[in-house]
Amino acid sequence: MKFKGKVWKFGKNIDTDLIIPARYLNTSDPRELARHCMEDADPDFASKVQPGDIIVADTNFGCGSSREHAPIAIKAAGVACVIAPSFARIFYRNAFNMGLPIFECREAASAFDEGDVVEVDADSGTITNTTKGTAVQAQPIPEFMQELIADGGLIPHVMKSV
Amino acid sequence: MSSMTIAEKILAAHAGLDSVRPGQLVDVPVDMTLGNDITAPISIKIFRDTGVKSVFDREKIALVADHFTPNKDIKSAEQVRMLREFAEEQDILHYYEGGNCGVEHVLLPEKGIVAPGEIVIGADSHTCTYGALGAFATGVGSTDLAAAWIRGRTWFRVPESIKFVYNGELKPWVGGKDLVLHAIGDVGVDGALYMAMEFTGPVIEKLPMADRFTMSNMAIEAGGKVGLINPDATTEAWVKERTTRPFTLYASDEDASYAKVIEYDCADIEPQVAFPHLPENARPVSQAGKIRIDQVVIGSCTNGRTEDFELAASVLKGRKVAPGVRLIILPATPAVYSDCLDRGLLRIFADCGAIIGPPTCGPCLGGHMGILAKGERAVATTNRNFVGRMGHQESEVYLANPAVAAASAVLGRIGSPEEL
Repeated sequence: MKFKGKVWKFGKNIDTDLIIPARYLNTSDPRELARHCMEDADPDFASKVQPGDIIVADTNFGCGSSREHAPIAIKAAGVACVIAPSFARIFYRNAFNMGLPIFECREAASAFDEGDVVEVDADSGTITNTTKGTAVQAQPIPEFMQELIADGGLIPHVMKSV
Repeated sequence: MSSMTIAEKILAAHAGLDSVRPGQLVDVPVDMTLGNDITAPISIKIFRDTGVKSVFDREKIALVADHFTPNKDIKSAEQVRMLREFAEEQDILHYYEGGNCGVEHVLLPEKGIVAPGEIVIGADSHTCTYGALGAFATGVGSTDLAAAWIRGRTWFRVPESIKFVYNGELKPWVGGKDLVLHAIGDVGVDGALYMAMEFTGPVIEKLPMADRFTMSNMAIEAGGKVGLINPDATTEAWVKERTTRPFTLYASDEDASYAKVIEYDCADIEPQVAFPHLPENARPVSQAGKIRIDQVVIGSCTNGRTEDFELAASVLKGRKVAPGVRLIILPATPAVYSDCLDRGLLRIFADCGAIIGPPTCGPCLGGHMGILAKGERAVATTNRNFVGRMGHQESEVYLANPAVAAASAVLGRIGSPEEL
């Protein structure tokens, strides 16, 4: 599993209210949630982001609420994956359950600038910054988890085998 | 058997193992599962998509419509209708909506629906509140909740534990909120990421249940998986008044191992105020400076219990809310509301010029019933002060205990009861 896309950069402790504000949680429709993705961190994000783009952030991405609407909004906005040094516990689990790939990479905050084009290899965990000509290492995603992502998340993955 | 923490003991017992160690993955039965009007609709849709006909146990599911209720708009009403129809179809025992409904994390312990030694998962991050009872309780997403409705089980990685020891004596106007804000300020919002937080020490042993719930409630604000307090005679007496169900009291062994042990002398802990936009920005109220405010909210799963309103009323009695300030009082459950009525607290709140609202999460998450305009500031007894949490992206939330919140409402700025 490989991803190539343009980087959108965010800081530390990007909480679930920044990812999808609670004022939009009276729906769970992915398309509607996508329209407000990252709105309180960058009001124009939803209109600027292109399918396949990548979010890079600093530590503790996804802290706060258990709302699964957060990874749903990111995925529905077309974001291919999220790269950060650490993720909040509930978000980490929700992201895989929703089929949104996330990569733990210690150098995430320093190795990439907004607009850089990066290539992510889920098998090896290697992230290549093609703009800068550098590479860093992230935690690879094992094969069974890649399958889960390819199936669209935990439930479609489980349903395939029953 | 090797020494274990309370978190390890509860997980081992449920996994049918003699012992577990941090990092180990365990598959365990769940004793209670919880969803609300925001998160359960997704779980219900997932459950229906799987084609499974009935839930694992109609008595081990709680559905609480507390976030956007009384329904703030048509979409919210539709979400609650989904809960109601699912509850009827599956004959869910613990369904709460309308006049019997309150803020989930105050309601469930109050009704005896969660008890010590149990494993509870909830599609709400503040599910960790029940750690105050000595239950292993943690937040999950809607998918994990739906999976548990089918399997009756879930998997966990056994967390490392970090022990917070509170020594000495509490200063005036200091309670559970201040003790936990102080700890979050110390370790940071990811200081306990993936870990079990354990609150112990002589001060915790003397702490009433309401304060203990407040502390466990905010474990997630340091990234914690659970916020545990070893159950004692106080816990046991409190739970026995609310349920006849058998339960087990687990406690950490003296020589259990911890990733970290942090000791505090409570002589150093003043009432705390967490500044925007993270709960870790805690500082003593005496160092808050002169910050003018527009709104005060007293309520929520953090500080919406009868004891919290007693404290607020003791500050507000015979005083008036400052001109230009809106004081919003939201008793967390119908029982708390009745207590406030019976004890004359609502009279005090009404006389001082407060707005008394229904049990709801309301403004805590920027839902309704007290949304902030651009540039407005609120002091709230809630748990999060993220950007836009209570309204406009350029509004601000300061977290504090009920006494500081009440005093601030009278002063028109952030301040301590001692300034009145």
